Amino acid sequence: MPISLPVVQSAPAPRGRVFTRSAPDPAEDVREKVLELEARGEWIVPRVPGPWVDVTTKYGRTKKIPLQHTWHHKSCGQCGHIPGYSTAIFWLHRTLGLDYTDPRDQTSCTAWNYYASATSNAAAQAAVALRNFAAAHETGYFPQIHCGTSYGHYKEVRAELVHHPELRARVRDIMAKLGKPMVMPEEIVHYSEWVYAVRDRLAARRIHDLSDITVTVHPACHYYKLVQEDAIYDPDIYGGQRTAVVSAVAHTLGARVADYSTWFDCCGFGFRHILVQRDFTRSFAVQRKIETMKEEANPDVTLTHDTGCVTTLDKSQFAPRAHGKTASIPVMSEAQFAALAMGAHPYRVCQLHWHAADYRPLLEKMGIDWRERWREFEDDCERIKKGEKAFLTWEDVDA
Amino acid sequence: MALAVLDRYAEVPWEDKERLFEEIKADPRFADYLYGCYECGICVAACPSARFYDFSPRRIAQALAREDVALVYEQIQDDIWECSQCFSCLRCPRKNNPGGLVTIMRETAVRNGLRSAKQALEGYSRIIYKIMSTGTQVSPDMIRADAFPDWGPTAQETGDNLEVWRKALPPETLHTTSMSWDVDPKTLTELYLIWHLTGVMDMIKEIDEGLHMILLDVMEEKLEDAGYPVS
Repeated sequence: MPISLPVVQSAPAPRGRVFTRSAPDPAEDVREKVLELEARGEWIVPRVPGPWVDVTTKYGRTKKIPLQHTWHHKSCGQCGHIPGYSTAIFWLHRTLGLDYTDPRDQTSCTAWNYYASATSNAAAQAAVALRNFAAAHETGYFPQIHCGTSYGHYKEVRAELVHHPELRARVRDIMAKLGKPMVMPEEIVHYSEWVYAVRDRLAARRIHDLSDITVTVHPACHYYKLVQEDAIYDPDIYGGQRTAVVSAVAHTLGARVADYSTWFDCCGFGFRHILVQRDFTRSFAVQRKIETMKEEANPDVTLTHDTGCVTTLDKSQFAPRAHGKTASIPVMSEAQFAALAMGAHPYRVCQLHWHAADYRPLLEKMGIDWRERWREFEDDCERIKKGEKAFLTWEDVDA
Repeated sequence: MALAVLDRYAEVPWEDKERLFEEIKADPRFADYLYGCYECGICVAACPSARFYDFSPRRIAQALAREDVALVYEQIQDDIWECSQCFSCLRCPRKNNPGGLVTIMRETAVRNGLRSAKQALEGYSRIIYKIMSTGTQVSPDMIRADAFPDWGPTAQETGDNLEVWRKALPPETLHTTSMSWDVDPKTLTELYLIWHLTGVMDMIKEIDEGLHMILLDVMEEKLEDAGYPVS
């Protein structure tokens, strides 16, 4: 039986002291170098399309987040194993009436494999990135990157290309063979930055009361640890001491964001470990994250903003039951959570049936009749099986 | 010397170890990833792998900074595949990147077909095949109860309903089961060319000749049909 534990701390209100820097941060702004290379004719730099939202990054710089005309660089882990993650991102754009394109001319960044097996190299990784950027440029849309690892890795690639002319020369030769130009976007934008940028619009469309919902947040390593100076920070969220994405969204939607001591720990994904060494992944996810969250914050849900984190934290909760470890927390992205709060269908849109940890108590607490929604989804599936419908469509979802 | 006594790979010729060490140092990223080491241990405190394995990002940085050729070789064979590549170690106050150093060391191990790379990637071939041939790392049809028994009953349920559940996804690009989304064939051909032109196919040959042959079989015809010069 689950034990009802008290919530020990609700954050992320500012703690009084505001930390400001009196001198410019010494870390370079690689975006300036990107523009310098454009001026020398080395590559094309597509500009962020207007209207955009200005946000603040770790050391006080401004970053432009485009609201629409976005080219959705999908995530293989999201689309493959937890597709409601991707579908919820698209649904949020559609609900806000913001234009986007979902391309077929896109490959994975291939960084999951690179970090797992090292069966690649800097030139290949850079060429994959620039091929995707060139494909986006051909459409006139601006990349919005769904995966935290793609986002972090592309920023690594950007820095490597800026600092190593021999790498640029090699990749230029490859791109010429592909018949494509060298393209580096003005900003590299993660979907969670877009969700952060539109959080007030999302909150304005919320139909479910979240004031009784306690949330813990797992910040994704490859979002804010890789090329850390480019991640969004906000003095109103944990005094600007942690990345603000996800926490700010949950807070703005009206949920209680609860703190826990192992927030900096990774989820245990490990890249190769989640696939071929899952004993490590399971142990780390449960012992360092799930159990700690449960003991210290007792959340109704934990939210994160990357592919591997949702997969790891969600799928790792089953096997430890064999050792009497029964702590369970539903896991999803903040995009799915926001969509649910705005009335999205938990199965047609958020596709929660692909998740492992039991999310139904959360839905009940949010006031969502999951039994009726599941019946509707089963009817959809039945019509597909009978050949009455080829696919579920956005029109079906919007009906 | 004390280090010689601890050398687990004393039988490996020094020249071989030194050659690998020089390969690591020659990577253009090496200078950006290593500035020295305060020996403060912050990277170890932040490291998930250090909690569960005999692994230390500090030891990685120190061995490379000291140019301890024997210890670096030992780490290539015994340690580097434990790293989670989360980059929590970027908390380093000296601005080192131990995770990045591990990436370079792993690449070196793969490029040279070392035992550690072959062992670490045993059972991983199908993943490499998937990403290199489809342009997506994981596919819906990988979710099967026998592949993911530790994921609980949802793995079985997902596997049983896969075809219908994929059709019940509103985005048209997601009605796929053998790849994460529907990647355009021309896009795949371009990806194949990247693998060939950057030496990735040679790396695969070093660690798994069978996989290399299968991938060549998938790629060559498409590249030739598209008129790309692969020789």
